[in-house]
Amino acid sequence: MGNGHYFGDGLTYLNPSDLKGRLIAIEGTDGVGRSTHIEMLQEWLEVQGYGVLTTGWTRSSLMSKTIEVAKQGNILDRWSFSLLYATDFADRLEHQIIPALRSGFVVLADRYIYTALARDVVRSGDPTWIRNVFGFAIVPDLICYLRIDVDTLALRVIESKGMNFWESGMDLKLGADLYESFKKYQSLLIEEFDRMAEEFHFEVVDARKPPDEIQEALRAKIEPVLKTGRLTQPSTGQPAKASSAS
Amino acid sequence: MSPPVLTFDQPHPFPGKLIIVEGLDGSGKSTQLQLLQKWLDSKGYNVFFTEWNSSELVRETTRRGKKSKALTPTTFSLLHATDFANRLYHDILPPLKAGMLVLADRYVYTAFSRDAVRGVSPMWVRKLYNFAIRPDMAFYFKVPIEVAIDRLLGGTRAQFKYYEAGMDMGLSQDITESFRIFQSRILAEYDKMVSEYGFITMDATKDIEEQQNDMRQLVSKALENYRPKRGTHGKRALFWRRFDLPKSE
Repeated sequence: MGNGHYFGDGLTYLNPSDLKGRLIAIEGTDGVGRSTHIEMLQEWLEVQGYGVLTTGWTRSSLMSKTIEVAKQGNILDRWSFSLLYATDFADRLEHQIIPALRSGFVVLADRYIYTALARDVVRSGDPTWIRNVFGFAIVPDLICYLRIDVDTLALRVIESKGMNFWESGMDLKLGADLYESFKKYQSLLIEEFDRMAEEFHFEVVDARKPPDEIQEALRAKIEPVLKTGRLTQPSTGQPAKASSAS
Repeated sequence: MSPPVLTFDQPHPFPGKLIIVEGLDGSGKSTQLQLLQKWLDSKGYNVFFTEWNSSELVRETTRRGKKSKALTPTTFSLLHATDFANRLYHDILPPLKAGMLVLADRYVYTAFSRDAVRGVSPMWVRKLYNFAIRPDMAFYFKVPIEVAIDRLLGGTRAQFKYYEAGMDMGLSQDITESFRIFQSRILAEYDKMVSEYGFITMDATKDIEEQQNDMRQLVSKALENYRPKRGTHGKRALFWRRFDLPKSE
């Protein structure tokens, strides 16, 4: 990281320039296989001696319960929906991600702000507000986007855990049943991800391939990011060289 | 699929009216708003009341976060924005769209001032609340800091609360001193917003009745061209109270 910076209006009380670790975001729509690959990546990195922190969407101690309650049907208007996720993210950013980066960890984020951007834009059509809200996010060193087409995705989700209400965007009433709604909603999300892939320079990985090929592709993208710049390898017990960043 | 985007920098297009009060804790703004509501009720208006940080979904989380002192300036800010969004959608927009009156005890300006004092970027907070509806009238109850402290300590509250006194900022070990410093900074932020947002400044050191008379005059003037709308006739206030008990003071 070394020269960490914020996405927009950042945390004025936290200077991100001395973050030594690496922040790697794995993005992609629901059911694309992110968690499996992150587990494998963590194993791979730890064997090499890197300290690894994984952090996932809605897993903050502050918000995870609240979000569960909200999903039971107590809201959701577009703003509350997005702000709940933003609060969860902020809590993890300040309590997990930034401290870990400061100590030189490799942080693997199972989804990052781009998921929130996609979900909000699909619901509102307004890309500006949500980008401003997430202005305090640290820009990752690498964003890997697991890209899939909606037909393959539908098959995969049905074969594994099945389609659920929120992953089908049922609140948007896009289709007559779960399947139709899932396909329409996920198509919109994928479209939005594709747009962002250019805007934010995602590294695209074809998620239709067999798992070992996907894993290999991910590792090939991550490897150079680990090597460039100043990364602390906790196994050596040596502190990182002083950062030259201002 | 996407409705037109309303933004905070322009007047809202709805037939209802939104009247809000701002000011320090102990400025007497809530008392004034309750008296205004009594008067509007008695004139036969259908009045809705909403209060800062009161939506059920978020209140519980905020309480938990406050108790464990785990809130950062940013999560504190975002939680309040979530609460506001939830109330805007459920409590403020429907009556405004239906042409009714909405009274709000504290509004987005509370966030603008408090969050800025806590060290959140003022630009960011303003962008965060860009989905808010601009109020038709914003009353600012201005009071010197010492008066606010005397009122709070002499009244129902014998002790300040942790976050209300800005204890999370490490300003002073002494809670009263911390309150004084924190609230003075908030006061400075409010004063800066007076012209930015066209607040109607009220001298909150005056007698309660005097302030209320001034407030009622200003409100009647603002409501001159307002055509009250309601769905029921007859014993109006009583009728809808059967369904939703308004906050009693």
